[in-house]
Amino acid sequence: MKPGVKLNCGLCHIDLQGVSVTRGGQELLHDVNTHIHCGQLTVLIGQNGAGKTTLIRALLGLVKYSGSIRHLNETGRDIHHLTCGYVPQRLDFDLEMPVTVSDFMAAAFSRRPVWTGVGRGTRAAIVEALTEVNAAELIDRPLGRLSGGEMQRVLLALSLHPAPDLLVLDEPVSGVDQNGQQLFLETVERLRSTRHMAILMVSHDLEMVRRAADYVILLDKTILEQGQPDYVFQTPAFARTFSGAPMGEE
Amino acid sequence: METIYQWLGAIPLDAMRFDFMKRALLAVLLLTPLLGLLGTMAVNQQMAFFSDALGHSALTGIGLGIVLGVSNDLVSMLVFGVIWALLISLIKHTGGASADTVISVFSSTSVALGLLILASGGGFAKYSSLLVGDVLAVTEQDLLWLLLALLGGTALWMLMYNGLLLTSVNAPLARSRGVRVRLYEAAFVVLVAVAVMLSIRWVGVMLINALLILPAAAGRNLARSTRQHTLWSVGIAMACGVTGLLAAYSLNTSAGAAIVLCAAVCYAASLLVRRIRK
Repeated sequence: MKPGVKLNCGLCHIDLQGVSVTRGGQELLHDVNTHIHCGQLTVLIGQNGAGKTTLIRALLGLVKYSGSIRHLNETGRDIHHLTCGYVPQRLDFDLEMPVTVSDFMAAAFSRRPVWTGVGRGTRAAIVEALTEVNAAELIDRPLGRLSGGEMQRVLLALSLHPAPDLLVLDEPVSGVDQNGQQLFLETVERLRSTRHMAILMVSHDLEMVRRAADYVILLDKTILEQGQPDYVFQTPAFARTFSGAPMGEE
Repeated sequence: METIYQWLGAIPLDAMRFDFMKRALLAVLLLTPLLGLLGTMAVNQQMAFFSDALGHSALTGIGLGIVLGVSNDLVSMLVFGVIWALLISLIKHTGGASADTVISVFSSTSVALGLLILASGGGFAKYSSLLVGDVLAVTEQDLLWLLLALLGGTALWMLMYNGLLLTSVNAPLARSRGVRVRLYEAAFVVLVAVAVMLSIRWVGVMLINALLILPAAAGRNLARSTRQHTLWSVGIAMACGVTGLLAAYSLNTSAGAAIVLCAAVCYAASLLVRRIRK
């Protein structure tokens, strides 16, 4: 059973009020109001250019926004800090870089410069983090030689350290084969039930959204509809946004 | 300084009879490890063209120094190089044009401006050594600067490397983890600018970039990890530096050219090794 979605669910949540983002005189996001709840998988849907990535960047504190983004505990009090984990979309880096998974993760885990080597303690922490997403065998592979699915699992492992309050997944399975997608989703669903955090995912895979999401936000510069998938999927706004697009298509 | 000269004089090589060769050797030993370190990131971030443009801007630096009446051309080159480097990276981030177009515009502008000033009155000939470099030009003051640059550069490299590595994989990810991406990138281009300007008079405008890029590019073909990449890059840079300098002495030719050719041979060899491994 998916937990019921109520505005006050008794869990801590991230509260967005009147969030707007303007860049170069153009409004990319307008007056976004929503809650992202702990223990739920919230999925952000909408067409390309609807502001999904902008909303994510606002949550991560990477773009300036007006309005408020607050992290509230179960009694509605502010929790001062919001730790975000972030799995970016597709990485566009030089595939020939001689950087191993271990190098990459150590650069985030440790202060010791990676070119002097990776310490034993750091390596143990990396193994542990990778094991959590069934990717321990990737530790010494060059980053540029990973498949799409493998790269996503490495990024997921990284995003879980330090333990986030909000895990943000930006189209994590685009360009990943069917098998990899399934594996990734299973991992995310397991994390949802075992970790104390909220998960926000951008997805174009509507079939997956219907199956896995607890809460859906339909975005086009502002929120058109939000609620449980069964509700959002039968709204006129949803039909307008995705008219002609068969289920599951990008 | 005298003691160091005496030690170097004890090396049983004909070249070590001369103080200018001792200074050149010291300069090579101080500069090449720094360029080897910086080169790894320059190659990974595909900045070869950027550092090339930076080398060219040395001409403008000297030219402006003359116009402004700065007596020490090292100072005017350093100041101008640092400003130029920051300006290019700023415009690269904000401008609409693609990076290589922006860099090309900057590169040709600085060369033209430098030539305009230095060639006024038909006197460019006395600056032509800037283009090909001259090992005789290494002074004890240069050595001190190089030592400071090596120490300061390595220290900064210890602090910044992890952040730069994350940035080169994905900048938003690095930022979301608290890396101040812009600051790190700025510090990196300033470091490259300083290393380039400190060595341009004896390596030469035309060759300085190769010294930064080639060892790191060769190292990349041999390495599987960041640590290996750094070790290979620094090792190749230092080995080529010394070999090239000594070869240039016996052949009585440009040291910069000999060092770079050495590095080019290493690069070709590294390509071969990579082929065989695959």
